[in-house]
Amino acid sequence: MSKRFPNPRLGPADEPRPSLPVRAVNNPRVRAVCIQVAVFAVLVFALAAAVFNTAHNLRKAGIASGFEFLGHVSGFDIGQSLIEYSRSSTYARVFVVGLLNTLLVSTVSIFFSTLIGFFLGILRLSPNWLLNRMALVYVEVVRNVPLLLQVFFWYIAILSPLPGPRQAIDFFGAVFLCNRGLIIPRPVLDEGSRWVILAVVVAVVGVVGLKIWGDRRQRLTGRRAPVLLLSLLLVAGLPMIAMVATGYPVRWELPNLKGFNFLGGITLQPEFTALVLALTLYTAGFIAENVRAGIQAVPTGQIEAARSLGFRPGKILRLVVIPQAMRVIIPPLTSQHLTLVKNSSLAVVIGYPDLMAVFAGTALNQTGQAVEIIAITMLVYLVISLVISAVMNVYDRKMAIRER
Amino acid sequence: MRRKTWICAILAVFLCASGAVAGMLDTVKQRGVVVAGVSGKVPGFSVPDDKGVWRGLDVDFCRALAAAIFNDAEKVKFVPVTTKERFTALQTGEIDVLSRNTTWTFERDVQQGLDFAGILFFDGQGFMVNKKLGVNSAKQLDGASICIQTGTTTEKNVSDYFAANNMKFKPVVFESADESTVIYDSGRCDVYTTDTSGLAARRVTLSKPEDHIILPEVISKEPLGPAVRQGDNQWADIVRWTLFALINAEELGVTSKNVDEMLKSNNPEIKQLLGVEGNYGEQFGLTKDWAYRIVKQVGNYGEIFDRNVGPNTALKLNRGQNALWTRGGLIYAPPIR
Amino acid sequence: MSYVKTVRTRDLPPPPTESGLIGWLRHNLFSSWLNTSMTFVGLAVLLWTLPPFLGWALFKANWLGDSQNACVQPMGNPDGACWVFIKVRFGMLMYGFYPEVDRWRIDYAFLLLAASAGPLLMAGLLSPKHRDERILMVVPSLAVPVILALHGAGPASLALAYLAAPTLLSRLGTRTGKLPPSTGFFGRASAIVAASILAYWAGVLAAQTLQTGLEGVIGLVAGFLVFLLPTLRRSSSAMWRLALLLTVYPCIAYAFFIGGGFGLRYVETDLWGGMFLTLVLAGVGITASFPIGVLLALGRRSNMPVIRALCIGFIELIRGVPLISVLFMVSVMLPLTLPEGTHINKLLRALVGVSLFYAAYMAEVVRGGLQAIPRGQYEAAEALGFRYWKSLRLVILPQALRLVIPGITNTVLGLAKDTTLVAVINLMDLLGILKSALADSNWLGFTKEAYVFAGLAFWVICFGISRTSMRLEKRLRYGNR
Repeated sequence: MSKRFPNPRLGPADEPRPSLPVRAVNNPRVRAVCIQVAVFAVLVFALAAAVFNTAHNLRKAGIASGFEFLGHVSGFDIGQSLIEYSRSSTYARVFVVGLLNTLLVSTVSIFFSTLIGFFLGILRLSPNWLLNRMALVYVEVVRNVPLLLQVFFWYIAILSPLPGPRQAIDFFGAVFLCNRGLIIPRPVLDEGSRWVILAVVVAVVGVVGLKIWGDRRQRLTGRRAPVLLLSLLLVAGLPMIAMVATGYPVRWELPNLKGFNFLGGITLQPEFTALVLALTLYTAGFIAENVRAGIQAVPTGQIEAARSLGFRPGKILRLVVIPQAMRVIIPPLTSQHLTLVKNSSLAVVIGYPDLMAVFAGTALNQTGQAVEIIAITMLVYLVISLVISAVMNVYDRKMAIRER
Repeated sequence: MRRKTWICAILAVFLCASGAVAGMLDTVKQRGVVVAGVSGKVPGFSVPDDKGVWRGLDVDFCRALAAAIFNDAEKVKFVPVTTKERFTALQTGEIDVLSRNTTWTFERDVQQGLDFAGILFFDGQGFMVNKKLGVNSAKQLDGASICIQTGTTTEKNVSDYFAANNMKFKPVVFESADESTVIYDSGRCDVYTTDTSGLAARRVTLSKPEDHIILPEVISKEPLGPAVRQGDNQWADIVRWTLFALINAEELGVTSKNVDEMLKSNNPEIKQLLGVEGNYGEQFGLTKDWAYRIVKQVGNYGEIFDRNVGPNTALKLNRGQNALWTRGGLIYAPPIR
Repeated sequence: MSYVKTVRTRDLPPPPTESGLIGWLRHNLFSSWLNTSMTFVGLAVLLWTLPPFLGWALFKANWLGDSQNACVQPMGNPDGACWVFIKVRFGMLMYGFYPEVDRWRIDYAFLLLAASAGPLLMAGLLSPKHRDERILMVVPSLAVPVILALHGAGPASLALAYLAAPTLLSRLGTRTGKLPPSTGFFGRASAIVAASILAYWAGVLAAQTLQTGLEGVIGLVAGFLVFLLPTLRRSSSAMWRLALLLTVYPCIAYAFFIGGGFGLRYVETDLWGGMFLTLVLAGVGITASFPIGVLLALGRRSNMPVIRALCIGFIELIRGVPLISVLFMVSVMLPLTLPEGTHINKLLRALVGVSLFYAAYMAEVVRGGLQAIPRGQYEAAEALGFRYWKSLRLVILPQALRLVIPGITNTVLGLAKDTTLVAVINLMDLLGILKSALADSNWLGFTKEAYVFAGLAFWVICFGISRTSMRLEKRLRYGNR
């Protein structure tokens, strides 16, 4: 991707050498080899020393090394898990639970922060004085206060006004809001629900197909198909038909208060909500600035040209400005998303059970295997980062100007 | 074969670089200060007050150690260590003694290269709930949300207890005690769990301490005590007998106030404790009056207990298990003779 | 007779809807239906959030008193913020557990920093037209009497020596330190390095024989001076000021912070805390990560495959993981990798972690700048016969760094904000102290005040840095317009 300039000092390797006798000290190639060998040797020595010291210290401390602990029973419970987990599960499972929780909170925050960031970025350029000032103040406040503080702030801000579970705010007896979180009904899938799920999938595939067909038709004939209406019909209708045909196989399990807490339903924990809020609002401030810079990078001529073609402002933004701005926006946007994933590790301070909290936290404390666990954790974040940048690079390449 | 030689050579270089390992007492004397690892976050055990002066049971024990060695209870450097780093800090020699309400367990004593000097405080994990819930036994906690401060076994103990009683719960785990208390106070959890001493310590930092009760069930044994690195018996002995001197002093009625009069006592046990008779201190590298210094400067076990966690402090803990064996408690020390 | 008007009538004023306040409102707030409704939404949001917040933070707030009672029912107003809490704890928040009688040492070091760095910054911010060497003299000479009044004669004379040194040294440096040209680059370089090392040992020895304490610091100062004298020959006093700020000032500051010589009591790093620790972390982090970052960036663009691979590996590894994990690593894993019996101070470990972490980010920013320099510049430098380091120093880096000031600022801001994370490994920075203050049973339930105060403190610092850098960038952009 990046164009590398050759080091000005060392010419290309095949450059003809002057016939003057060059002392070895002054021969760049000899010198380069010496430097590299020296650096490499120092590094290898330091690494070897570190490894030996660690092995020695661990042996003395009587801490087992290796990855056998992953197969041992963990013996503790976790507050939120996307997969089956109990105290008799293994540490490997703890790892997966933590990883999934990290991915969940990151994905949700990436989605919302991008959305809000775009909205704010556009507001920053709004002709409305009040709005662009408010957006400016928001951006400057959010970007200049440490995220850790914001995470605490939102956690306290969410928890303090909410009532306890016995005084929970009740929405039609199905959805409850209290300081244990937002509890919503959980769908229970009975026999035949397979068909309903299939119908949903078919509907989604149908919508995508419809969009492609509609675009092509517009390009060929200039006539627009009522894609939106048809899509809505498809998405709402098909699963409905499937439901009726199979006799309502999906039931809703309503949460009900029993003892201390609500039983049944899906609980959206306040830790999760606070973390999502903090990550979203913080990152949105940064994305807003990227979006603003990207939009300002679009030449005014483009906007004027669009205007002279009779486009309305909304359409100019959607069809002319944003697609061109995207090319500028995507690289910094990617790095914001990467930062967000890494920042999600702050979950550890408010008790959201992410990878850092359950694996590099509780599991590390119980097993004492600091080296292995921290290495695995860092590797996971590294892999996530690499995957996100790979995906964004593909998208970036798709959006790049196709040179003619 | 050759590789082995290489490895040995490299190891040797690094071991030499770190210098020959002298006895801990000499190292400490040369340094002029005891480096003690404490938690720094638990009121009553180790926490700096608003002037920055360290206060607490764990802290005063380290002061006693400094008094015995240097005749100056202030020659201690307190290093706050987290749950995660405490053992590493001790193993690598960053701290000389770990006095951070650490539970004495088989694994730590045998496997992790630690040596426990004794038991400073008998503790056990318990539960705290709000009175409003109308709960008076941990057996009624089915389905509760529980705020936990992460520890080595804290999470596991709760899980085991609830599983054994066929109950379910929702854990919310925090890295530090400050957060877990603030969050428990906000009503996020029904229950707060940690060692009962910690519960008492934390209760005073709640907005309405009187609204919360500590349930009678104690779900684990947590004997807390100072620990040192394995392999230096002299140093371990000094730490161990500093603790025993504190306890013996209380048993013999020697306090910081009457210690000077006690020097004239006829009781041979007191004479031996205070160094009037025998040369017990000199036998492990200290002076004769080592225990006198401890009691004079820091007080005996009972004084330390009352000053930091006793009924007149914010923690309001009774002696209970931590009373002397002569008064029905578990605190007992071998005699100095 | 004539229908031609000879007197010009005055122009009609623009309609009131187009000018003045109303015009401005119409244009900026109510230009269309959409805009008008948005304005009302905005106003509603403002009305909903601002008055309650201001009421809490200012109008109903409790400022007077010295205990919790000042904020609760009979005496104070429980609906307002309790700034008494912050006021009583202010010393702790600023200095941590640093002994109260020694806190003047921190004030002094920061005053000295302001007196020497302030004018440099001002000179950088002023346009070339208004720039004047005299600014570099006025502010420092004003600072000395202030220090004299606050801290007494000893510190004041040290300040005088330090602040006057750049001017004196720039005069002195032009006359001395010139080695014969025949020695060649390597000869000269090795002579300078050897002389500085000698000076270092001489300084250490002198300090030991005089029993002043702080041997290492004195040796370092001597070494730096001997190194700088020949290297900075013919440089301006501003250049000298910058060089001293980066070499000698940290030594002085460290000596004052840690003590242990010259009658200053030894204060170990475990007592450092609060805002002071935050500033130390941020300051050291920034000054250490920048040069490491530049080296990494150069390494990444090097032609030597091993160096390049190492640099890429390091940068990408660090950039792929969260700072928290790096901090856990230095606090839990690093001690294990050291030989038995050796250990590194906890603060130093955190500093190493933070600096290396941000060096990787700095490297990527600098690399961007290096890539933006046209190839012709490299070739021109080569054609002039410049060596690698000389071409970097005189041609490439000045242009490249100027281009990436915004990127550097962002990294610096990130670093400043992320110093809060050291609270996770139990270092008592501003946030750590605040959290321990929240656990004090005499002061309960002031979480909001604590977080608002910390937020405000960081906001002021970060916003200040970003605005200053924007002005600096504008000033330095000459030639590119």
